[in-house]
Amino acid sequence: MHAEMLVLQFSREVVDQPIIYRLVKDFSLEFNLLKAAINPRQEGLIVMELRGHPKDFRRGLKYLRESGVKVKKVAGEVRRNEDLCYQCGTCTAVCPSGALHIERPDMAVVFDAARCSACELCCPVCPARAMEVKLNRSAL
Amino acid sequence: MANYQVNKTYQEINEKIKKGQAVVVTAEEIIDIVRRKGEAEAARTVDVVTTGTFSPMCSSGAIINFGHTKPPIKASKVWLNNVPAYAGLAAVDVYIGATEPTEDDPLNKVYPGEFKYGGGHVIQDLVAGKAVHLVAEAYGTDCYPNKRVEKDITLKGVVNAVLFNPRNCYQNYNCAVNLSNRTIYTYMGPLRPRAGNANFCTSGQLSPLFNDPYYRTIGIGTRIFLGGAVGYVCFPGTQHNPGKPRGENGVPLGPAGTLMVLGDLKKMSPRYLVGVSLLGYGCSLTVGMGIPIPMLNEDIAHYVAISDDQLLAPIVDYGHDYPAATGRILGQVSYAQLKSGKMNLDGQEIPTVPLSSLVRAREVAQLLKEWIEKGQFLLGEPVDMLPGSEEVHCVRTGSRDS
Ligand code: SF4
Ligand code: SF4
Repeated sequence: MHAEMLVLQFSREVVDQPIIYRLVKDFSLEFNLLKAAINPRQEGLIVMELRGHPKDFRRGLKYLRESGVKVKKVAGEVRRNEDLCYQCGTCTAVCPSGALHIERPDMAVVFDAARCSACELCCPVCPARAMEVKLNRSAL
Repeated sequence: MANYQVNKTYQEINEKIKKGQAVVVTAEEIIDIVRRKGEAEAARTVDVVTTGTFSPMCSSGAIINFGHTKPPIKASKVWLNNVPAYAGLAAVDVYIGATEPTEDDPLNKVYPGEFKYGGGHVIQDLVAGKAVHLVAEAYGTDCYPNKRVEKDITLKGVVNAVLFNPRNCYQNYNCAVNLSNRTIYTYMGPLRPRAGNANFCTSGQLSPLFNDPYYRTIGIGTRIFLGGAVGYVCFPGTQHNPGKPRGENGVPLGPAGTLMVLGDLKKMSPRYLVGVSLLGYGCSLTVGMGIPIPMLNEDIAHYVAISDDQLLAPIVDYGHDYPAATGRILGQVSYAQLKSGKMNLDGQEIPTVPLSSLVRAREVAQLLKEWIEKGQFLLGEPVDMLPGSEEVHCVRTGSRDS
């Protein structure tokens, strides 16, 4: 599963076409709408998180671009939901940056956000799904 | 009967607990006490040793009686939050298994499957007090005419809810590596190719059955900490195999004994029962369990003092040997080594990764210690013992343990 936060700009020519519908139906992608607006010049802007199988995701992006939609990626930020994390350590198997590491002898699993590269490898691997991708609003 | 210097009975220890005078320590704390004082003196001063574990335990589930409906239904198919529950019991009894995925889960069709929601999650949602949507279907009979029921249930509202886990608390477990050339996703977590990481899954010296390797105190009827409440050992777990090879210290060198446990789900807490999604494998339930060990004599003190450096896990290749059930073991590694963060396999240094939470296992052992100190939890004397290492009635399960 791959997920990215995207800003989509629709020109006047495409704003009334069922593009998002096709994205869901033809490419089995899921979306989570964060913002949608149409400006006075009849141009549309959508901020959404798009997720799906990496292959579908790539094909979906290609479809968007070919339909005349301008696509910009928004950097995500990975955070740990401390209520969900039960300190097992599974995530340390995949974390390439060492942001997730174990402190000994306590065996506490520490998340050092400053070292996190937002690669998201830990997200599906965490049994409690405690590693969450958040929209980095400052980057919008 | 061996002649011991210290001879305590369950009754004596329980009397002390009731008076708030019992000396209780955790299975980690006892190690140093036995080293300093010797086994007999430690057995004399300490009354109870508490153990703890916090791990995904797939053979778990809950029996739920959702109450008779009007008109009545003899449910034959039941879903809880769209997760199928087994309904081949009397009218409104169902069993929801921890590993059951949602009805329309894509499973591993998109590999590795995410298994976002399943039976373990249903159980956690119930104990968290959330409403769970129940759909029941039936063929209809003269006495149970209703053919379909749909309603929201809560843990409070159902008639009975019992956590009933056929196999929990494995005594020792494999240390998993992957010698193949691709990353694999197993119930032992993600395993990177060419032995990129080694995963292990017990709390070592704090783990219940490591502290009572011959099941001298843990038996049928033992009162335990289960999912945040009081539970019981009700039978040897499925695949309980005390005949596994043991080291010189008597501790099994691979997965051996197991426990069947149950307890009132209505009293449990979502902090100690966590629904989990194991990438590429499936859903499960992480169970917090703690078992008190009564210090009946110095022999018990001897076994609870065995530490991580003397507890060995078998190293198994999940890339080839495990799926092919060859039974091959690559070597042994101590829990002290596993907990250190690195181990050696054929000259290659490998990072070690725990799947079982030692932080929460300690919390469980500590909480159980406090319950006993406060006189809120009495020891249960087993009504029957588990099959021990001398008598083995086990059907072989091939060379696989899970
Ligand atoms: S895998 Fe998830 S639950 Fe386990 S330590 Fe990492 S973030 Fe916490
Ligand atoms: S997103 Fe990547 S770098 Fe950040 S914690 Fe997760 S695995 Fe480590």
